[in-house]
Amino acid sequence: MTQLISAVLYPAEKSVLFFKRLPVQLFLPVLSVGLAIAMDQILPRAAEQKVVGHPYFTYLLGVTLLGYMGMILVGLKYVKWHAAAVYIAPFYAGVTLLLNVLNMLTAKYALLPVLYFPAMDRVLEVLVNDASYLATCVIYSYRLLFIGWFFGAIAGISTGILLGFSKAANYWIWPFIRTIGPIPSTAWIPLVLVAFPSVISGSVFLIALAVWFPTTVLTNSGIANINNSYFEVSATLGAGRWYQIFKVGIPAAMPSIFQGLFNGTCASFITLVTAEMLGAKYGLGWYINWQKEMMAYANVYAGLILIAASFCLIITGLFKFKNYILVWQRGVIKW
Amino acid sequence: MVGSIRIQEVEKKFVNGSGENVQALFDVSLDIKPGSFVSVIGPSGCGKSTLLRLISGLSQPDKGHIFLDNMQITAPGADRGFMFQEHNLFPWLTIYDNIAFGLRARKLYKENKEKVTGILHLVGLDGFESYYPHQLSGGMCQRASLARALVGNPKVLLLDEPLGALDAFTRMNIQDEIQRIWKEEHMTMVMVTHDVDEAVYLSDTIVVMTARPGRIVKLVHVDLPRPRDRSAENFFRYSSEVLRLLHYGGTITEPEFYL
Repeated sequence: MTQLISAVLYPAEKSVLFFKRLPVQLFLPVLSVGLAIAMDQILPRAAEQKVVGHPYFTYLLGVTLLGYMGMILVGLKYVKWHAAAVYIAPFYAGVTLLLNVLNMLTAKYALLPVLYFPAMDRVLEVLVNDASYLATCVIYSYRLLFIGWFFGAIAGISTGILLGFSKAANYWIWPFIRTIGPIPSTAWIPLVLVAFPSVISGSVFLIALAVWFPTTVLTNSGIANINNSYFEVSATLGAGRWYQIFKVGIPAAMPSIFQGLFNGTCASFITLVTAEMLGAKYGLGWYINWQKEMMAYANVYAGLILIAASFCLIITGLFKFKNYILVWQRGVIKW
Repeated sequence: MVGSIRIQEVEKKFVNGSGENVQALFDVSLDIKPGSFVSVIGPSGCGKSTLLRLISGLSQPDKGHIFLDNMQITAPGADRGFMFQEHNLFPWLTIYDNIAFGLRARKLYKENKEKVTGILHLVGLDGFESYYPHQLSGGMCQRASLARALVGNPKVLLLDEPLGALDAFTRMNIQDEIQRIWKEEHMTMVMVTHDVDEAVYLSDTIVVMTARPGRIVKLVHVDLPRPRDRSAENFFRYSSEVLRLLHYGGTITEPEFYL
């Protein structure tokens, strides 16, 4: 009898499990992407839009869908991947729908001014055709950004520590920093053009300046806000002045220092794009400006996409680094 | 034996929040024998914590002198361990690194690594080396804080109401541990407390103080064998004497009628 029951129940149970594993919302993206591909393939292109060599929009949709399918397949075995697929499914479907609408507005019916709103496959075509040139631009931008950021961060943290621990430095230097610091670093361009021997060194200086100010201010305030009892404890344990600065002051101020670095990084992006206008040979900021002047908006969008991706990558990296350094913070301070 | 403290006619003034001068300590003199356990008790504002900070060197007296083994105290030093009311463990260091902090700061760590593990065992925190302070309970954090103050072999351990924030049972357990360490390490301990029973349980001498100005009223020498019984009758004799000195004893009224 029990065997009979389980024989009847078992397949049902299995199918319930199977459906639990593949809830309906997992299929939303398939529907949305399918619709977008179908409409892109079937509807005719507006006569005003430039013709492209390949249906790049369909390619993009297809590639992302393949990736998503792969995620579901892996998810059948690994719960983590399954949960991730279920989580992103509605968002992915929604974004695809949005892109589909945008494709209608631009490529298919040209309802937006064609000059400023090129078809998406045009933008993708630029990314593919100009890939090596754009890669050079990304590398140049990254190089400028990293050198400037590095010097700015070192200078900012050092100045902040000096201000935080030395009364004399606080008295003599802080007033200058308070008045000069808030000037946007791009406003220094006229001076930088005269004072620096090359465009590169000038741009590096501007980026370093942009990172330096917020890092200095927040390092200083981080040190000022340290609970004094930490210093008292370390004094009773026999720690000297320098040991207190490096083993108590800096670790305790670290959350605030990271806040400063984060603000500085955002400021450095703005400065980078402006600094590259000074006459760089390559670079994303420079590329966008150049293409804008040529009224090549598809290229401008391609540049914007790359800027968004590169800066997002940097910020993500910074956050990962912060989480690694501030592992002790988990459960103490929330960002 | 080392760890004698001599306090000579010490005075300390503060400016309080409303700009008035407050006499935190007035003409305080006290001799603490090496290896003794002294508690300082009194109402809030009597300057007992100030006295402890002066001994530690975290602040300086306006008048008078304090000597440790005949050397005048002018700054904090590792010969006087200090256990604060809050555990004040560094949140960015693990329990192990917190305890090793003092040894590392004095460049004594390499030769004394086994001291850190030994002291972890002494306060009953084996197995918690790699935890961060926020992962431990309040009582465990105070144990770690005690270990951190002890690891450098101070001559004197100063305890500023270290058990005030703990529940009654944890408090009694750690009292026993402090007493055990005091016996084993033969060090001088000076503890500020609000808790009369705690003072009677642990001390050779109880220093009773009053506020405004902060002065010593009386030294009560507790002449009981250890380990002491918290519920014994002569225990109560001492605690009621201290309570009376603090004006918290019951008032004894003359009976209206005699039979």
